[in-house]
Amino acid sequence: MPELLIRNGRVFDPLNGIAGEKMDIAVRNGRIVEKVSGKARSLNVSGFTVMPGGVDIHSHIAGSKANGARMMRPEDHSKDPERKTKYTRCGVGHTIPSVFTTGYRYARMGYTTVFEPATPPLKTRHTHEELNDIPIIDKGCFTLFGNNWFVMEYVKQGRIEELAAYVAWMLEATKGYAIKIVNPGGIEAWRWGRNVRGLDDTVPNFDVTPRQIVQALCQVNSLLNLPHAVHVHPNALAEPGNYQTTIDTMDCVKHVQATNHPTIHVTHVQFTGRKGWSWADVRSGAPEIADYVNTHDHVSIDPGQLIFTNVTWMTADGPAMFALFKLAKTKWLNVDVESETGAGVVCATYKKSNYVNAIQWGIALELALLVKNPWKIFLTTDHPNGGPFTSYPRVISWLVSKEARKKLLDKINKTARRRLDLPGIDREYTLNEIATITRAATAKSLGLESKGHLGQGADADIAVYNIDPSKVDLSRDYKSVRKAFSRAVFTIKGGRIVVKNGEVVRSVQGRTFWTKPVVSEGAMRAVTSDLESKFDDYYSVRMANYPIHEQYLAASEMITTKAGV
Amino acid sequence: MSKTISENVICTFCASGCDDLEITHNGRDISSARNGCAISVSRFTSTKQSRISRPLLRTKERLRETTYLKAIDRAARILNNARYPVLYGWSQTSSEAISKGIELAELVGGIIDNTTTSCHGPTILGVQDVGEATCTLGEVRHSADLVIYWGCNPIHSHPHHTTRFTIFSKGRFRKTRKDRKLVVVDVRRTDTAKLADRFIQIQPNTDYELLTALRAALKGEEIEQDSVAGVPLETVEELADMMADCEFGALFFGLGLTMSAGKHRNTEAALALVRDLNYVTKFAIIPMRGWFNVRGANEVSTWQTGYPYAVDLTQGYPRFNPGDTSAIDAFTRGEPDAALVVASDPVSHFPKAAARNLLGVPIVSVDPKRTPTTEASEVVIPSAIIGIETAGTIYRIDGVALEARKVIHPPPGIRSDVEILDAIIKRVKALRGRR
Amino acid sequence: MSRIEVTVISGRSLSQARSRELGKFSDEYARSVAICELDPEDMKELDSIDGQNVRVTTDFGEVIVRAVTSKQAPHRRVAFVPYGPWASMLFDPATHASGMPTLKGVKATVEKAADAKIATLQEITHMKAE
Repeated sequence: MPELLIRNGRVFDPLNGIAGEKMDIAVRNGRIVEKVSGKARSLNVSGFTVMPGGVDIHSHIAGSKANGARMMRPEDHSKDPERKTKYTRCGVGHTIPSVFTTGYRYARMGYTTVFEPATPPLKTRHTHEELNDIPIIDKGCFTLFGNNWFVMEYVKQGRIEELAAYVAWMLEATKGYAIKIVNPGGIEAWRWGRNVRGLDDTVPNFDVTPRQIVQALCQVNSLLNLPHAVHVHPNALAEPGNYQTTIDTMDCVKHVQATNHPTIHVTHVQFTGRKGWSWADVRSGAPEIADYVNTHDHVSIDPGQLIFTNVTWMTADGPAMFALFKLAKTKWLNVDVESETGAGVVCATYKKSNYVNAIQWGIALELALLVKNPWKIFLTTDHPNGGPFTSYPRVISWLVSKEARKKLLDKINKTARRRLDLPGIDREYTLNEIATITRAATAKSLGLESKGHLGQGADADIAVYNIDPSKVDLSRDYKSVRKAFSRAVFTIKGGRIVVKNGEVVRSVQGRTFWTKPVVSEGAMRAVTSDLESKFDDYYSVRMANYPIHEQYLAASEMITTKAGV
Repeated sequence: MSKTISENVICTFCASGCDDLEITHNGRDISSARNGCAISVSRFTSTKQSRISRPLLRTKERLRETTYLKAIDRAARILNNARYPVLYGWSQTSSEAISKGIELAELVGGIIDNTTTSCHGPTILGVQDVGEATCTLGEVRHSADLVIYWGCNPIHSHPHHTTRFTIFSKGRFRKTRKDRKLVVVDVRRTDTAKLADRFIQIQPNTDYELLTALRAALKGEEIEQDSVAGVPLETVEELADMMADCEFGALFFGLGLTMSAGKHRNTEAALALVRDLNYVTKFAIIPMRGWFNVRGANEVSTWQTGYPYAVDLTQGYPRFNPGDTSAIDAFTRGEPDAALVVASDPVSHFPKAAARNLLGVPIVSVDPKRTPTTEASEVVIPSAIIGIETAGTIYRIDGVALEARKVIHPPPGIRSDVEILDAIIKRVKALRGRR
Repeated sequence: MSRIEVTVISGRSLSQARSRELGKFSDEYARSVAICELDPEDMKELDSIDGQNVRVTTDFGEVIVRAVTSKQAPHRRVAFVPYGPWASMLFDPATHASGMPTLKGVKATVEKAADAKIATLQEITHMKAE
């Protein structure tokens, strides 16, 4: 691999406090180094912006529900095919692109790491098969725990240390990165066609509450020293007014001590940030939620920005999907997964003229603009639920430019516009803040020490964008900002140039990150014995055939943590 | 050689994914297979029957033994020179091999289609219109108090289905046979029907009418006929009530719906019925996939190309249009000019008009055993049996992926599908590089 | 009556599946698959006995198979021919733009053909190639 010297660019590296300084970045053997030899290949990026490669913390790109959605929606693909080229395999878009296309499209935007945020353990072998096939980007997946029979039983019995050992066993068995909770307890209720109404409802047949599940798993997260917070999709997603549940969910774990990161990350808050009693009068709950986030350091959020386009909803939250399907009346896929979780997929279209859609669009932007600290809020569209990930540049343009927002505000449902605070918000993100919410903060939140920054020793994942910070007026030139973030001048992955002028020029294999908490032998023996006694009763697969072996991952990157059990 | 017992072996025949088999062997030969059904016993203990032992090349009208490299070279040339090759089969091989097949199809510019096209293709077409309310098989075992087998005969096709997942299984919430009711809908009183609490005999080609009548009855509509599909109205209404009143219903259906008149309209009606049932209770629908990795063929094809079968890659990007890009239609029209067949026997199973045109083009076969398709091929490359002689990922009926393992060594010189396809890909690339 | 009108369906049977593993050219496979299962009343009407050959004819082709009294009756006027090369001689290749040919529910006649021979697999392949 040749050495690389990226010269004269304006560097944004928020983790290392660099905000637009003209600097050279040196790369050797796939890492950022202090300097390189005279033989290094030189890229003159004078007049351009240099950032670490994008790190997406929440995007549904792989696994059983994503593929079920692809299979159900040939109409999503037929208008957006991608021809094969000298460097790339063929594929299709649009809201649920095929795997090759997914990797290429991320790389074209300068993204180099993406996490699949919800994988059902029993079907995670499938998730990894797809992740293996996604080119260029590094990746990982979050394992679902919030409706798992073993989890609920340990919680009911108050056996937190055994629960921790179980979670450790499961993360290794599924090669997962973090703990994910979706509608805790609600998907178990959905086995009988029901749901839970809120944090203190009782899960049928298990006699635990969602509050207990969330609290216990956050305690486990600390005990295991996991790199990321517990990633939570709260209850009540399909209720018109649900913002209070979101705040209560964040609040219920404020006493749980975390290690060096927030205890809880609440995701796609736009979907659970509504105020009101019925669809006719929902309002934005963003000010209250932002206020909570601004005054509490144990939480982080991402908005799940809505885009006015055709989308595919996909989530583990089966009951919410059916409730929304009854409104959308399109197609509905539901897959309940024994003893663990579920999934639902529905297609929908968001319209500017639709009151609720317009309010939701507004909620997401209000959240991003009202949360003051960009280290606490990350750019997502909850792809593909809010919109395809290829919309990120558009979202960036809304964040940096009030004018861009106003243009769209003028077109949305008038009643919604009247009821949102958004028109009165003047804040405009700086380039440094954009770099924070799209790469630095997400990498930090994930605990990926070699990502999201350009300091020495970091992975040489670098994006160069056609924006001259010394000349650009982000607010006025938002269209060119949007264009710049859509097509990177260069994307460098692990020290190799993979994208040039928005086109893929090389494909590489990305690594799959997963976490192995190292628990004591005694704890592991005890939990294994407990599982052995119950596995055949709980599952239709034998315990010997359940775990995924490390060789399964095309390029495995194990993160170990020292657990306190 | 000493005897070993391999435990928790995953059977690779139907798609039930039975994974508790005990295989006794000495590393080369299997002497017994326990815990599986009668079909699995046959599969595991007959690995040496009808094997193709060496690669074969057709010269002067006869298939003669050749070397592996010559066979690979000829296979690569046939596919590379073709303008409209069809790569078919795939349901009885691993996901890893299917992935290679798609790479090869993209490279040579052909159609890649799997046996879904003449099996549950209509089911997928139905899902593409309606969606699907489904669950994993263990969920049925835990919760289903009503099980319906419609147009399928699991006692013959998936012999352990009833013991692992339905009426003879034990789940968390349904512990005995008495906790469940079985309804069977079929044109014959099959061996599965003999186990039913209620058997509903239906006239051939009338499933659509009965399914639609059930949807109407569920919604409280008044049906004016005295009978539907040969079934008395009273029975129709009773069945609708049974479905609405259960706590958790599971409808398994087979080729009785996909293959008879109506095809994807039948499956749409069944999918819509189960969707409608979810407004009043909890219900799941599960198609009875027949081959151990036909689901895997759909999954891999979908995540790599966007489409589950009948994928046309001739233009350099994926196109999907069953009836046009499906193998049987393409061959019936007589348009393809070469075929690669992996682990399948289309010469035996295609209707005459399609088979005739298939027999008129050079065929490359990759298969462990002799079949009419291998006998009619230009090139035959023998392969190892998945889940017995080579490892591979397979997808169960319900989409749960399992890692089928290698239990014994393949016969000498026999390679895996993955290796063979990879060699063909490399050879095609080399041939293209020379041009 | 030496000829009856039926609807032909195809499908899997346990013996077809088991014998397939022994090999498509095995005697067991032919015995399991080159058959036509008929309702006992239909057998009587056809004046046929178990093991006697019959000719099954549809608009798309014909095939000689061995008549077998069904153990999964009643199914008057429905003939079951297990999925396989012999059954495939009977079916309509037209998929009606679904990709799927019609392999069940095809109108056919069944008539006694005690002296006719069941084609071997090689012969079936030849017939298809014509």
